[in-house]
Order: sequence, then structure tokens, then C-alpha cells
Amino acid sequence: MDLFEYQARDLFAKHDVPVLAGEVIDTPEAAREITERLGGKSVVKAQVKVGGRGKAGGVKLAASADEAVARATDILGMDIKGHTVHKVMIAETAPEIVEEYYVSFLLDRANRTFLSIASVEGGVEIEEVAATRPEAVAKTPIDAIDGVTPEKAREIVAAAKFPAEVADQVANVLVKLWDTFIKEDALLVEVNPLAKVASGDVIALDGKVSLDDNAEFRHPDFEALHDKAAANPLEAAAKEKNLNYVKLDGEVGIIGNGAGLVMSTLDVVAYAGENHGGVKPANFLDIGGGASAQVMANGLEIILGDPDVKSVFVNVFGGITACDEVANGIVQALKLLEDRGEKVEKPLVVRLDGNNAELGRKILTDANHPLVQRVDTMDGAAAKAAELAAAK
Amino acid sequence: MAIWLNKDSKVIVQGMTGATGMKHTKLMLGDGTNVVGGVNPRKAGQTVDFDGTEVPVFGTVKEAIEKTGADVSVIFVPEKFTKDAVVEAIDAEIPLAVVITEGIAVHDSASFWAHAGKKGNKTRIIGPNCPGIITPGQSNVGIIPGDITKPGRIGLVSKSGTLTYQMMYELRDIGFSTAVGIGGDPIIGTTHIDALAAFQEDPETELIVMIGEIGGDAEERAAAFIKENVTKPVVGYVAGFTAPEGKTMGHAGAIVSGSSGTAQAKKEALEAAGVKVGKTPTETAKLAREILGA
Repeated sequence: MDLFEYQARDLFAKHDVPVLAGEVIDTPEAAREITERLGGKSVVKAQVKVGGRGKAGGVKLAASADEAVARATDILGMDIKGHTVHKVMIAETAPEIVEEYYVSFLLDRANRTFLSIASVEGGVEIEEVAATRPEAVAKTPIDAIDGVTPEKAREIVAAAKFPAEVADQVANVLVKLWDTFIKEDALLVEVNPLAKVASGDVIALDGKVSLDDNAEFRHPDFEALHDKAAANPLEAAAKEKNLNYVKLDGEVGIIGNGAGLVMSTLDVVAYAGENHGGVKPANFLDIGGGASAQVMANGLEIILGDPDVKSVFVNVFGGITACDEVANGIVQALKLLEDRGEKVEKPLVVRLDGNNAELGRKILTDANHPLVQRVDTMDGAAAKAAELAAAK
Repeated sequence: MAIWLNKDSKVIVQGMTGATGMKHTKLMLGDGTNVVGGVNPRKAGQTVDFDGTEVPVFGTVKEAIEKTGADVSVIFVPEKFTKDAVVEAIDAEIPLAVVITEGIAVHDSASFWAHAGKKGNKTRIIGPNCPGIITPGQSNVGIIPGDITKPGRIGLVSKSGTLTYQMMYELRDIGFSTAVGIGGDPIIGTTHIDALAAFQEDPETELIVMIGEIGGDAEERAAAFIKENVTKPVVGYVAGFTAPEGKTMGHAGAIVSGSSGTAQAKKEALEAAGVKVGKTPTETAKLAREILGA
């Protein structure tokens, strides 16, 4: 889960990383009182999870409370690279910036540990610095158990060649930032820029945090950080039913078991679509192992409720799950939806293979549902589903 | 021969007495796996009956090893307790720990991996969030269905469970030496490279099938390894060509971020290393058949 800047700022503050004051609002008028409290001036910053908001006009200085309200009015509702601005942060104006640095902690998948990245050339995209001046970017592996001690922090500071007059402050920021990383179960904590201001102080002016959804069990507060406004309504409905669903922009609804098989199904449908008017998969939906009739009904309900869907491809390989159970699930799911008064009109192509496939296929044949077609190979079924979607 | 698991492997189950542990212990026994014990401190001293096979429950992994000579542990404990369970297995120096549990926090995986390193890497960890490992006809550890295929000459390593099953099914008539599901999490113990190296050394394996998916650069690193070290033919498949950037596709590690982690980049890296890469699982199976002349 990627956080908004204001959420990152709040987490930094919680763990004593030095930040400027700032509060998030979603109505322009609220900017007045905050700006007055901040001494009559502020920065109005669009909260979007995309880079380049400054250039897009999403960050504006306000020299008075009235002006803050006006700028917030401009920015709220603005579209930045396809992201609508629903919230702005009213922040303390930064003192004069003398230097801009970069620091982060992240996951190093290749080495199965964590990594610190630090540079005295902050304020710009770190990928760009790494590409053009790799010697200006210091990468230091961090042991997951030992973590960032003051000693380790000084090692990072030395590796990145921070100026002597800020070395202690930066080392301190690194220790606090590591606290944030560990205690919040983050996958990324990044401060860019970490600024040295005229007073000599070092302050985190902007940051990114990404949290590990798998760690939610020990962080009840994660729930409140989810961006409900941005979630696609179908994704939100699926999440409520504990379904692993991602909305895509095609026409063929996909249901399968297992993340890898469903990902593969999306590909196979997209290839088949190349011969059928360019139709594409409409979603990713993994119903996991042991697909009960209820889970199948929940999944079908979400997919049939997607107006973009023209046909549905159910692709199941029976591993531990038996295909006869899956077939019963499909038949019962359709009945459940019809009993509920929902009109099912979209054709379903079903491919069952593996454990008890013959039994499962027979159940579908016997049920003889007018909308359900059986195709017994993955590639063949994908082609049929694409053809049906293209014909609609 | 096979790799890492054979008929002599003595297997204990951490979390055997939970619902998932019970279900799969029964299935593993049915596939001929030599399950010698379970671990649960609250049920130590009891035995569990699986269709006439009495399996003792021990209080700790260490005790289970001392009493049974176990050399493999399979872990089914819930995600909140998985880190402690893996650390216990590492401390007991069991040679192989297979972590089936899904939904483990990345910090927990990083932590047990670091712990294994500090203890001298005496324990091979497979997973987490993986289907396990099977040497058909000999032993099955985890949740891979035991009856898809038979012993044979293909070695399989895969990030994905269901694609493992699909590929075993497509090539069921040829059969497999060992199939290992390494999991799709951002941090995993055993990698593609570890399995490729082991299959290269295994005289029973004639061809290796490698299944990858979007996210990270494990496939690219495996490609570099193949180029330098693997002389046996390798056939590859990568899932997720059509996955959009920034959307996690089921597995916590399966996400394309910017230009990194795309299926296209992985396919190109593998092909540059001489690996034949199929567009679909079926086409991949066909490539394997052509090479084996089967």
C-alpha cells in the first residue's frame, strides 16, 4: 500500500523524523484556519500518488489565509496525470533551502535483505542521478536483524559523503527513518528532499512510504490508511468479500484459481483476443483453493456486475480442489444469482482440468445451462471466450 | 536421485494439528511421504491417527529431530507465528524447511532469512507462500497434488503453485525427477538459481522447466546463471505479459514497477541465455517435448 505524502509525513513525525507542520483537508475553506495557525502563510500541496505534481501546478505558495483558500479551491478536483486531487495538505512554508539530499530504506529482493540508498544530490528523481552519476548514489546493505545502529548510520553518511556539518543530523535522521521502516512494516521509506535549511537544520520536506499489506495483522491502524476514494467500486466490493480482484480495461471476465494461473490466463486471453477484434481481459480474479459455491457466486457476481464484461472465462486447474466441486459451484452460483432475481445474460466458458476433471465436466454437461460452454483446453477456452466477447 | 527430497527423507510437520496441517499430513502420507512426527508444544506427547498411521506430536523441532532423525520440516502454522516456527527449525539445524504459509509479512521473511545466515545457512528454506516440493513416487512435502504425474526426467522450478500443477499435468506422460515451488513472495529462501544448480547436478534430470512471473529480477539473474553454468536444456515460461504497472497480481511479489519486473524483459533475458520460452503453458510443454523427442 503506497501512502499519500501527508500520511508519510504523519508517520515520520510519529517516529521523530524532523518534518514541517502540515494538515490534510478536503474542503478549501478549511485552509484558512490552518494557514492562520501557521502564521498567515502556507504551502498548498495536492495529495496524489504520482510524481511531477509540482510541474502540473499541484503545489502553490499562499501568502495569506485568503490566498490559501483560493489555491486550495484551484487544486482540489484538479487532474494530475489521471489522478483526481481529493485532498490537499496545508503545510508550513519551508525555510530557505541551502542543500537537498536523498535517503531511503527499501527491500533488496535480490539479496533477500534491506538496502539503504543515500545521495547528497537530492531533490530530483534518484533514478536519474543513479543513471547519470552512479558515483553520487551510495547503496549500503542493511542486515534485517542488526538494523541501523548509530554506527551503521555513520557508515551510510560516510559512504554518501555527506558534508561534515550535517553528518550527525543526517545520521540521526537515518536512525529515526529506520525506526519508521521497521516499526511500520514498510517496504519503502524515502525522504526526497532531505533539506539543509538556512538555520543549518536538516528537515524531511517530502517523502514516500509504502507499507506491507501482509503485516496488517499487527497494525490495526493500516485500515484507516487505505484510500477508499480511489478504489474502483468493483475492487472495493471484491475486497469486502475477501476476493483477490484487480479491475483491468478489457471485455473478457476472468475467474481462476491460483495467482500464477490467473496471470497466465490473462495473457492467453489477450493473445486469443489478437484474432478476435482485440478483446482483452477485464479483470484478475483469483478465487484460491477450495472454491465453494458461495465463493464462486461472489466472484461471478462481481464479474457479471462489470458493465465492460461481454463474456466470462472460468479457468480452473484442480489441484487439491476437485473439479466436481468447482463444477457444482458454478451451477449453484448461477442458480443462486438467478434465484436472487439477477438476470445472467453473459456467456461463460469453463475449462476444468486436473483432479476429478471428468466428473466436473459431466456435471456441467448434465446441467446443460444455456449460457455455459465447456472447452477442455486452456488455449481453446481462451479463444472461445475471446470470440464470444468480440461477437457481442 | 532427484533433488533435496527422496524416499529416505524423514518429514516432520510444524502445525500438524491445525486444520490445514491435518488435511495435508493425511494427503502427504497417502503419497508415501515418511511423516515421522508433528510439532505442537501444547499437544506434545499425544499421537494423531491418520487412517491407521499413528504420528507422534513433539514439543519442539529439536526434540522431534532427536527422537526421529527427521531431516525435513514442513511448516503450516498461521502467518502470525510463521517467523518463530522457521527460526525454531533453523535453530534445530534441520537440513530442509518448507514454508507453505502464505501472507507472511516481508519483514518476517527478511528476519528469518538473516537468522539462517547468522546460523551458517545449515537449513535450506523453500518458500514462504509456496506449494512445496515433490519427488514423484518417493516423497511429497507440501500441498502439490501427488497424483498428477509420475517419476520421470524433467526437473521443474516455479514461482507459482497452480502453474506448477498445470505444467506437471501437460507433461504428465514424461514425468518429473523433482518439482519445486519456490513461491512468489518478494523474499524467498530457495531461488530459481538454487534449483537450476541442483538439477544440473542431478543425473536423473535431463531437461529443466523454469516458470517465472512478473516482479523483481530473479528470472534475469537465473538467465545469467544458466548462461554460465547450465548445460542441460532449459525451457521457460513467464506469466504476466499483460499485467499493468503498479497492480499487484495476487502474489505479493508480482508487481511491475516502472520498467523493472516486466515479463517481456524476463523473456528476453532468458532467450539471450539460450532458454526456449513458451508464450503459453501449453506451448512451453510442447517445446519441452520437442527437445526430449517425446
